[in-house]
Amino acid sequence: MTTETLTPPTTATGASDAPAASPTSTRITGMACRNCGLAQPLAVAYVCPACFGPLEVTYDYEVVARTLSRPAISSRAPGIWRYLELLPVETPPARSLAVGSTPLIAADRLGPSLGVERLWIKDDTRNPSLSFKDRPAAIAAARAVEFGLPALACASTGNLAGATAAAAAAVGLPAYVFIPADLETAKVDHALAYGATVVPIDGTYDDVNRLCLEIADETGWGFININLRPFYAEGSKTLAYEIAESLGWRSPDVIVAPIASGAMFTRVARGFEELADIGLIQRRPIRFVGGQAAGCAPVATAFEAGTDVIEPVREPDTIVRSLAIGNPADGRYAVELARSSGGSVESIPDAVTAEAIRDVARLEGIFPETAGGVTLGAAQAARQRGVIRDGDEVVALLTGNGLKTPDARTLGQAENVGLAPVIRPSLSAFESWLETHS
Amino acid sequence: MSTVRIPPTLRTATGGQKLVTVPGGTVRDVIRGLVTAHPGLEAQLLTQDGDLNRFVNAFLNDTDVRHLQALETPVGESDTLVLLPAMAGG
Repeated sequence: MTTETLTPPTTATGASDAPAASPTSTRITGMACRNCGLAQPLAVAYVCPACFGPLEVTYDYEVVARTLSRPAISSRAPGIWRYLELLPVETPPARSLAVGSTPLIAADRLGPSLGVERLWIKDDTRNPSLSFKDRPAAIAAARAVEFGLPALACASTGNLAGATAAAAAAVGLPAYVFIPADLETAKVDHALAYGATVVPIDGTYDDVNRLCLEIADETGWGFININLRPFYAEGSKTLAYEIAESLGWRSPDVIVAPIASGAMFTRVARGFEELADIGLIQRRPIRFVGGQAAGCAPVATAFEAGTDVIEPVREPDTIVRSLAIGNPADGRYAVELARSSGGSVESIPDAVTAEAIRDVARLEGIFPETAGGVTLGAAQAARQRGVIRDGDEVVALLTGNGLKTPDARTLGQAENVGLAPVIRPSLSAFESWLETHS
Repeated sequence: MSTVRIPPTLRTATGGQKLVTVPGGTVRDVIRGLVTAHPGLEAQLLTQDGDLNRFVNAFLNDTDVRHLQALETPVGESDTLVLLPAMAGG
């Protein structure tokens, strides 16, 4: 594979560039319970009133296919709204960040070091708030505006904090961000910069999530990943749409992605299914490989044990804060996907994660946050396990930027590797340093 | 009598009550007592085998009961049990 970067257009997109809504007004048919199938009207709701299962948005795919074609998509402005018909909003929002259309990069230098001959990196480190969370946050924010909600909120391991704050700023709503109190400083500062109110909670992410569950329906706010979760989760499907489009409207053999709640992992699979359902790609099997940090790996543990029952982790112990969800909501579905697709869920030690971050930065010029290191570690582990085979085309999702977790890079090595001593601004000082350096 | 906090999704079955007091020595007893007092909750909370529906998480004094003794966790008079949907977050 030659060095190549497949880049859908990446300029900013706004409502004026996005597809019109009128042909799609009947494509969203409502909501239905994933567990029992009970149909419900579209609303700020996330739980089935009959069985407590998760509600999901439903579409009429015949209506979708009438207007969503390869030429139609190609003619549209870059960004997630080019796939509007497959997203759970009626119209493109009047104001939106330039989310999506991130490049698919041939990782010809990194791939061989992982034992993967044909490795692509989906570089989602370069979304507006520097993570893939801008995708689901944009969808949830657009829906919050359509529902007339007064504020956005979220429970976050960090990346969603910035994404929610940025999305709220873009649509002109106040944002309330609930985080574990010991979250990385860079992520807290990032959310504050967008004007969000950040509420640190003395507990784990799962404690934060439980509290938000208790208050979400009482505040009337749109909690992006709670009472807007059926809409929010759909945003991650755009990763699949973009990968397929970048590859010339086909799917790869293997997708490797990080697993926190499992929502993104499972929605990427659904995105490819939808494209096949409406005839935009040929249906081919894809193996799904998930990565979790060894210090918080409830999904990987269930996969290894051959069960789909997730035993929650009470006290996550890992540098990979963005994946430190001990009680993953979609964990069961993530295990089922990995198993049924012939994939796997890999448990990656922090030292391997840090080394993978250094390697991809050094070899490809891409600096991911810790979840990206886990993903690359998972690709290597899946190759060693035989899940990734000779000649497979593999797409690894790097979902966040390394500037959010700068300390992780140096785990296991001296902090000053590559950093020269301070020298005087003189030629002689430089020559003297160069002599000792070389 | 321990206290059970009822999430909005379940309040139709409790006549709109947010807090319900229920007798019982274990989490299982309390949930059974709740279902007996409000039969409309049974299909949402319990499986046919009497276990907790996998889409429901139970927290005793803010701790997930799976980190304690699950449904056999002892419950005291001043304890509060919260029942919440499992599908959230991330």
